[in-house]
Amino acid sequence: MKNDVPMTETELHAYVDGQLDEARRAAVDAYLATNPAEAERVRAYTRQNEQLHALFDGTLDEPVPETLRIQPARRTPVFMRYAALFAVAVMGGVLGWTLRGEEPLTITANLPQQAALAHVVYTPEVLHPVEVGAQEETHLVSWLSKRLGAPVHAPHLSDAGYELVGGRLLPGETGPAAQFMYQDVRGNRLTLYVRTTASNNRETAFRYAQEDKVGVFYWVDGTFGYALSGEIEKPQLLRVAESVYRELNP
Amino acid sequence: MPDTNLFDEHIPRLRRYARALTSDRAQADDLVQDCLARAWEKLSLWQRGTDLRAWLFTILHNLYVNDLRRRKNHPELLTLDDEALDAPRRATQEDGLGLRDLQAALNRLPLDQREVLLLVGLEEMSYEEVAKTLGIPIGTVMSRLSRARERLRAQLNSTGPALRRVK
Repeated sequence: MKNDVPMTETELHAYVDGQLDEARRAAVDAYLATNPAEAERVRAYTRQNEQLHALFDGTLDEPVPETLRIQPARRTPVFMRYAALFAVAVMGGVLGWTLRGEEPLTITANLPQQAALAHVVYTPEVLHPVEVGAQEETHLVSWLSKRLGAPVHAPHLSDAGYELVGGRLLPGETGPAAQFMYQDVRGNRLTLYVRTTASNNRETAFRYAQEDKVGVFYWVDGTFGYALSGEIEKPQLLRVAESVYRELNP
Repeated sequence: MPDTNLFDEHIPRLRRYARALTSDRAQADDLVQDCLARAWEKLSLWQRGTDLRAWLFTILHNLYVNDLRRRKNHPELLTLDDEALDAPRRATQEDGLGLRDLQAALNRLPLDQREVLLLVGLEEMSYEEVAKTLGIPIGTVMSRLSRARERLRAQLNSTGPALRRVK
């Protein structure tokens, strides 16, 4: 584009708002260099943006009043409905769902806490994050299956942006447990904690628990209890949890 | 332990936007509180994978519009503050002059233009996000933005040369 091509109004605004790519930005620069009136207009708009920030950005640093942080009384039930609803929508109704309190506590007792604990212990490890690396995946899976006494699988989460780092065996409250570790390109780590459950053939909806900074989605599927832990935002974690579920139930 | 943080990271921005929209601290926080309460109620309607921030801003927008409509139908609900907003505030310091003029001019903008201007200029949403948030076509976003900026520019220019010194 040459600088004698008139800019569209939209492009001038996009220029002000930093929403143009580099090539168009350069074209607008060239255009403004030869159109002082338009350049003045663009400067005025830019100043408006700066002044808006100057006027109102102070609010961002104010402490948030407690009234805005306190959850409404209805919040928990609504959230549980939401978790259940997601599970139902995502699994196409395959998952039976129950609300908290309607099932024996033993199935998921301490599951998120144990998983979050294992997560914070091992994810910071630089040298030995896992016992067996992903390059020995077959060995890893057969070893863990043998120790847990049931066939475990290491789901592939590449579609969700996470690659298997490896896994390890952990002591659990009811017997051995397994931890698979995943990592994205930026080095963020998620762990999938797997343990066997006493009762079987039960399925639950995804549940969510927050253990300090670690978010955990956990569920029971057949003879296994699963817990996916990560220090990422809940919607993202949920997406990965859904991938895990899909991978384990092809 | 149910999650209690889903909306927390968005609260400061919701407050900033509400403050800019209403020019009234208390009214702004009431608006944000209503918005969060409504959001918790309607959480099941939030579509997974869509932008949570845009969704929250949409709720806040709807509440504010409804609130204004109610006040319009019941003028007795209008507070003194609302009247006071229309009068430009006198600057106390020269440095703040441009800013106060801007605030006054902002308050005189029609609501639909003010919203677009704030979502773009302050919240730094993309034009597409603004269209989604307000439920209007992107062409409408652009025309409102254009009119808002021109209107502010005209008003600020007429208030004198002091403005030109701000940045």
